[in-house]
Amino acid sequence: MPLVKNGALAADPFVALDDDAALPDGPVIVSAARLLAEGPALVARNGEIGVAWPNDKDVAELQPFLSRLSLITLTFPKFRDGRAYSQARLLRERYGYKGELRAVGNVLRDQVLLMVRAGFDAFALEKAADAEVFGKAVATYSVFYQPTGDRRPTVRDARTAQAATGV
Amino acid sequence: MTSPLQRKLKISGPTVVTANRLADGVSVWLTAAGSWSETISDAAVGTTGDEVLRLLDIAHADENTAVGAYPAPATLAADGTPQPANLRERIRVAGPTISLPGAA
Amino acid sequence: MYVYDEFDRTFLEERVAEFRDQVARRLSGELNEEEFKPLRLMNGVYLQLHAYMLRVCIPYGTLSSQQLRALGAVARKYDRGYGHFTTRQNIQFNWIKLNELPDAMADLAKVGIHGLQTSGNCIRNTTTDPWAGAAADEVEDPRLYAEVIRQWSTLHPEFTYLPRKFKIAITAARHDRAAIRVHDIGLRLHQRDGETGFEVMVGGGLGRSPFIGKTIKDFLPKEHLLSYLEAVLRTYNLGGRRDNIYKARIKIQVHEMGAEAFAAKVEAEWAEIRDGALKLDDAALDAIRDRFLVPDLDALEDQPAELARALATDAAFARWHSNSVAPHKAKGHAIVTLSLKPVGAPPGDATADQMDAIADLADQYAYGEIRVAHEQNLTFPYVRQKDLPALWAKLQAIGVATPNVGLLTDIIACPGLDYCSLANARSIPIAQKLTERFADEARIADIGRLHVNISGCINACGHHHVGHIGILGVEKKDEEFFQITLGGKGNSKARIGELIGPAVAESEIVDVVERLVDTYLNLRTSPAETFVAAVERLGIEPFKERAYAPR
Repeated sequence: MPLVKNGALAADPFVALDDDAALPDGPVIVSAARLLAEGPALVARNGEIGVAWPNDKDVAELQPFLSRLSLITLTFPKFRDGRAYSQARLLRERYGYKGELRAVGNVLRDQVLLMVRAGFDAFALEKAADAEVFGKAVATYSVFYQPTGDRRPTVRDARTAQAATGV
Repeated sequence: MTSPLQRKLKISGPTVVTANRLADGVSVWLTAAGSWSETISDAAVGTTGDEVLRLLDIAHADENTAVGAYPAPATLAADGTPQPANLRERIRVAGPTISLPGAA
Repeated sequence: MYVYDEFDRTFLEERVAEFRDQVARRLSGELNEEEFKPLRLMNGVYLQLHAYMLRVCIPYGTLSSQQLRALGAVARKYDRGYGHFTTRQNIQFNWIKLNELPDAMADLAKVGIHGLQTSGNCIRNTTTDPWAGAAADEVEDPRLYAEVIRQWSTLHPEFTYLPRKFKIAITAARHDRAAIRVHDIGLRLHQRDGETGFEVMVGGGLGRSPFIGKTIKDFLPKEHLLSYLEAVLRTYNLGGRRDNIYKARIKIQVHEMGAEAFAAKVEAEWAEIRDGALKLDDAALDAIRDRFLVPDLDALEDQPAELARALATDAAFARWHSNSVAPHKAKGHAIVTLSLKPVGAPPGDATADQMDAIADLADQYAYGEIRVAHEQNLTFPYVRQKDLPALWAKLQAIGVATPNVGLLTDIIACPGLDYCSLANARSIPIAQKLTERFADEARIADIGRLHVNISGCINACGHHHVGHIGILGVEKKDEEFFQITLGGKGNSKARIGELIGPAVAESEIVDVVERLVDTYLNLRTSPAETFVAAVERLGIEPFKERAYAPR
């Protein structure tokens, strides 16, 4: 399962931990339950911490940990299940999360541009072939109507700029 | 997609497997040779749940030719060729029951 | 009407290219059907009984003559020479091939239309009053806000994979011609203390669990329209049910939470975003308003001599005029409805030749603009009154001047089992037989306003729940049967019809409807009391009794 980060293939240094496994050195991903139960101890640890956050749990609960988290994975059990788009926007736009936001699950090329617009910057793609065309997939559109946290100029911005220059 | 858990199929009589052709959506029926025909009379007929499941497996494996395969009840003509057994399937075989606009 | 600029056009071209690539990947087997189906649906492509069906979006039901000609051309080139106008102001083609769809979309994109978001679990075409901009009873032209919503909802990154489909309707008139109370969100534009805003209703809808929308905000100032919609949609996207497709619409979420709790959740979400980037200042609204071409209407007087003469001398014209012509806000003008419900034909269908002819008539008599009404008719919103006699003759010649608008034979019907893979029974033949039984124009005029709605299955595309007479097709042992409801209404006093009793066989349905109508004629206090008013006054009992009497 190839990982694309910031538009390029990347190695994944994170290791997913079972809830009862001892903490190794190096970057780890823990479950939401473990983060909430052992949070202060985990984030105090000298090593990167990521959390696998389910798509039916309020991301507001992550607020106390956000500044210490290096990775949050949000899940698409089926690509048709779009809850994680809202979670991603809330994490980026409302709670100011700056770390890696990774889409996991049924992550396919036909949705990656929407994910980028919602604030994802890392993609655990399900199909190897989709990694090769990732750049093309996120360039499918050049025109965007909605302002989101990805700060792409919207049609409204473009029209305002056009009106200002009188072109 | 048939889940592997659903390995039992109850049928109430002669049954054919039908789908729509991927490229143009035309109704097609699975033949005994494992190909698809636009004519129901060419269809392979299953008379037991296991036979129909086997036909469905063949159909689902060919999802890039015909999509949405499902078992449809059939009646058999005197010579044994299958005919559609309910209104929905009769309409799929013969087309809409109304005259189409512009055709009159 | 709204004229696309370079950004809108570029977007559509990119959409066509994306879909062309997706179709190619499906045909090559790179995408399987499970992966492809939601993608094609989001471009309006269904797989029906006999072929693919393409549903083309007509944003808030507004078409230019050029666009209507393009639809006719698609019908001719890629289909079988006709199309079907739907209750959501869209058009469907029934016989299109997957491998030709990208070309059809490209042809449509050249005139600024597409199948975008006419299906799938996304925000669908925002519908509105077909008389918008022309109606004498409107506060303001609602199309401005429908266009604002169109742009905001187009490929919304957060709301493209919702629990289920999402439909928004908006009206600005005293009479609700957009059935806003049976939509996921209904918006009623009104004014308070000189300020424009919206009453917001959520959770209406038909289908297997019909609900009337509940008002969750009496007055939303217009600058907050998008932030509030975003708050509603986010509340739904995160909290709507995804465990059961039949419980996934927002109406179930609102029902299960209670409207007050739902409203509170939306308010809390809205408080966080109301003053953000979605706020609509005057400049933002003006930028869109400026792209609406409003016809420069001639300065004319009401009741010109040509019209008065025709009304006095031609009884057939007078009948059509009193039925199909409505008052206009501009003097000397009128709104004309073109009935797509001729006797014996499928409701809402138009041939390519009719589309071309209507486009020509729109250019000649109607400032080049056509609307699609949710009753599956077309409207010319701007017609000079002095042209009405000449226009009538030409509309008659192409079969779109049946004087039955709003009457018994102006039937709303879904495609039913003749086309649809979900249907349990046929709808069109029932509509055809009813129009034949009630072909007498004087008779239906005497019966008066009466909405008959027919759905071929519980998904209720024919809106049978809100028909004054609702007919729902069901299947029993491979026979078609029809359930009848009475007293439904889709307007501002929306109400779900009441079932009168056991379903009747296909062979009996027309007789039963006739007995219901005769019962009304016997019991009405005067011709001024409409069918639905009589049902409300009397309840269903007297109707029920006679409907089943001869059995």
